[in-house]
Amino acid sequence: MRRRDFVQIAGLGMAGAALSIPMIGNAVPVQRFLESPLDVAQKKQLADVALNAAKANGATYADVRIGRYLNQYVFTRETRVQNIVNTESFGVGIRVIANGTWGFASTNEVNPAGIQKATMQAVSIAKANSKFQTDPVKLAPVQSYGEVSWKSPIEKSAFEVPVSEKVDLLLAANAAAMDAGASFVNSNLFMVNEQKYFASTEGSYIDQDVHRIWPTFNVNAVNRAEGKFKSRSAMSAPMGMGWEYMLPKESDKLEGPGGMKLYKNSYDIVEDAKTAALQAKEMLDAKSVDPGKYTMVLEPNHLGLTIHESVGHPLELDRVLGYEANYAGTSFATLDKWKSGDFNYGSKEVNIFADKLQPGSLGAVGYDDEGVKTKRWDLIKDGILVNYEAIRDQVHILGQNESHGCCYAQTWQDVQFQRMPNVSLAPGKEKYSSADMIKDVEKGIYIAGRGSYSIDQQRYNFQFGGTVFYEIKNGEIVGMLNDVAYQSNTQEFWNSCVKICDENDYRMFGSFFDGKGQPSQVSAVSHGSSTTRFDGVNVINTGRSI
Amino acid sequence: MAIFSKDEARAILEKVMKFSKADACEANLNGSNGGNIRYARNTVSTAGENSDVTLVVQSNFGKKSGTATVNEFDDASLEKVVRRSEELAQLAPENPEFMGPLEQQTYGESKTYAEATAKITPEYRAQAAANSINPAAAKDVTAAGFLEDSYGFASMMNTKGLFAYNRSTNVNFTVTMRTNDGLGSGWATRDYNDVSKLDTAEASKIAIEKAVKSSTAKAIEPGKYTVILEPAAASDLLQNMLFSMGARQADEGRSFLAKKGGGTKLGEKIVDERVNIYTDPFNTEVPASPWTQDGQARKKMDILKNGVVSNMFYDRYWAEKQGVAPVPFPGNAIMEGGTASLEDMIKDTKKGILVTRFWYIRTVDPQTLLYTGLTRDGTFYIENGKIAYPVKNFRFNESPVIMLNNLETLGKQVRTDGNLIPYMKIRDFTFSSLSDAV
Repeated sequence: MRRRDFVQIAGLGMAGAALSIPMIGNAVPVQRFLESPLDVAQKKQLADVALNAAKANGATYADVRIGRYLNQYVFTRETRVQNIVNTESFGVGIRVIANGTWGFASTNEVNPAGIQKATMQAVSIAKANSKFQTDPVKLAPVQSYGEVSWKSPIEKSAFEVPVSEKVDLLLAANAAAMDAGASFVNSNLFMVNEQKYFASTEGSYIDQDVHRIWPTFNVNAVNRAEGKFKSRSAMSAPMGMGWEYMLPKESDKLEGPGGMKLYKNSYDIVEDAKTAALQAKEMLDAKSVDPGKYTMVLEPNHLGLTIHESVGHPLELDRVLGYEANYAGTSFATLDKWKSGDFNYGSKEVNIFADKLQPGSLGAVGYDDEGVKTKRWDLIKDGILVNYEAIRDQVHILGQNESHGCCYAQTWQDVQFQRMPNVSLAPGKEKYSSADMIKDVEKGIYIAGRGSYSIDQQRYNFQFGGTVFYEIKNGEIVGMLNDVAYQSNTQEFWNSCVKICDENDYRMFGSFFDGKGQPSQVSAVSHGSSTTRFDGVNVINTGRSI
Repeated sequence: MAIFSKDEARAILEKVMKFSKADACEANLNGSNGGNIRYARNTVSTAGENSDVTLVVQSNFGKKSGTATVNEFDDASLEKVVRRSEELAQLAPENPEFMGPLEQQTYGESKTYAEATAKITPEYRAQAAANSINPAAAKDVTAAGFLEDSYGFASMMNTKGLFAYNRSTNVNFTVTMRTNDGLGSGWATRDYNDVSKLDTAEASKIAIEKAVKSSTAKAIEPGKYTVILEPAAASDLLQNMLFSMGARQADEGRSFLAKKGGGTKLGEKIVDERVNIYTDPFNTEVPASPWTQDGQARKKMDILKNGVVSNMFYDRYWAEKQGVAPVPFPGNAIMEGGTASLEDMIKDTKKGILVTRFWYIRTVDPQTLLYTGLTRDGTFYIENGKIAYPVKNFRFNESPVIMLNNLETLGKQVRTDGNLIPYMKIRDFTFSSLSDAV
């Protein structure tokens, strides 16, 4: 396996535990981000070298990805900058089919000789592996798109914003938290730009420019006398956006309980940091939850991860088929359940769709990493399981003849494979706000933000925590709670869904570093939803003393 | 060629130091050759090899530092990367926590390299996979596994005269066996520095047996149970605890080692007095690099001695601020065990549950180190000294601190994930719900 570099930042995350962030590429000066090493015509010439060499050596299919991956990460705590990481990774990945078998090779020698050599290597790997092949690759047809391009619909590239402006914003958020009584605060900003050129023997030449951004922080409140500490992390979402996400608009703010604000397509990090400090202090003396059955009111920044774990992953077709059995696991959502046509994954309220087009989402691209134009499709319709997430060499297993367009590789060095698209819960049709929902609940808990999350290898049993918990009694928020986690079974949980707020409450959450495969690759994916009500959910008390 | 000898690495690093015009300069030159093979559904799915070598140069002016990287080693490239790191340092904000390079250190002799692993071929990997797939296919079982190996070197030098070099090899193997009816699943893991110790057929046989024996598991009520944890199961929880033993977090009051009223639990007994955990980079079973990435020497050192916290980990900045010696994060962990085999421990158990491994472990409460996760790939009920029947998987909510206070007995040690961990029998382990997952 390739040796992977990690940025080790002490003091980040829950309780200041060390966190490893995958660092892809080599360190470069920031000016380099604004340069462009190759124009489209040069990329096409180089791509043709690979495609021609592959065909000349017996490949029946070939694709080539010339990729430039830029990352900028900024890490701060309280009044100081801990680290600024600027990286660039540039190279070519070539994938071929020979003797009905996949082969892949990559090189950072982005010139005709380097590409020719890597192509030959990919073909020879395919031929060598074909000795073990019992089931030749079957590719679903794909249209030839000719020379096309796509760009994330951003207003301003974050890479064009001076580092000093980013540092100032994070330090302003830190100051707001400390002024409001935080004991400690760490804040971070992650920015990614994927410049991907794809070409294949199917006749497509696709140039794409993909942007993502994630501001986040963690605030701690510590009571030394009592020996207690609490954390409150950011209510931001990682987004497929540019710097405009960091410029807050009042129209993107929603009112949450306890004076907290929730954010849609722009984020006010300074305001949220202040609220976080106040909430973290309040948590120190909040009531410990009484375990039992509750109505759960889950807001999108929390529910996104529940969707990710209990719907997004189990519907990945490679998991269903057993390709991930030794790592992430398999899936309870087996083909026989889907074929039955009446497997009630959830209640009638539940409509969950995959969408690689959603503006502002992490997974939005024009074309996937095997040249398939992206689209939206239903996964769960009126509660019934209707489809999976699949790519060109898988859809024939479902009797379908069109790829879903969710193939992805984390860099040019990695082979592309099936990854989770954006998976979202459709909002309710009738006008209904989160305040309306709280009013209708007799005994419940409102959860905002992510906490601890764990689910079994077939995605039945899960346990989720959250960032902040509010107790609801007779339609009113009565105060904060501590030590809350809910446990359920995926099918039981989604069948307990009784009401979903309208589209005005709809917003996205996402995962910037979702891991899968051996060797492991990360991918970024969003999950949209509106605040949703689930009845009769089992809540446990996680308080302990040591 | 991604592997440089000690002399080759020294020659390149000396050139880098000569180009430096900063207050100080430190460079790390690392390289590796690696390979892997992955299989699923009883056939190979992917295989690959990779070779990489990178020079990272860090220059500093006062407390402003900059880092640049290169993978070409001619004089012009070396000078360019040094200049680039200096430009970045000049532009960087001052970092009050920046610590300059260390003086020359004394390191013990490394034991991390084994010739056999350095010579692994694609044919070896293919055979290793075949040795795992063939016995599965013969028993109506489906194999999915992953083998990865690496041979690497690490070296560093700075303008204060420090030079360090180490070669290491590693091989990791995991396999999941599932019965074709989907009702049973077994798993095994092996990791070594020396691949001649690896037998994928032996590990696969155990995983197949677990798969077959775990089929048609019974559901029993969740609750508090006596458990025998195989070393792979205990290892994840113990490693999570060790990762949380940073001194700074404890001093700041946001760690399980922070004490009510202020101060830390350093020197206090926090678990059963039979718990002894130490690190030793020179242990031949689980060797680790004799030095850390920033050049500090690693030594044999107690972490928990007779249940008492002997050491927390101090980075150089926090150590200086607190007026103590730095304590680098350990490269391995060794928990002392006993002489009992797994069979002996089962024989001595009236009622209990044998756990092969845990899965999807996440922090629930960092204050108490409460974790949740699930059993997976072989969970069995023990009755009157025998394995009675397989049971359905459980979700647990447990803290390693509570677990090590509820210690019943320790068994033999096994290498797992680069650490030596014994079989452990624990009373009152908290299972909070059932899972239908196989």
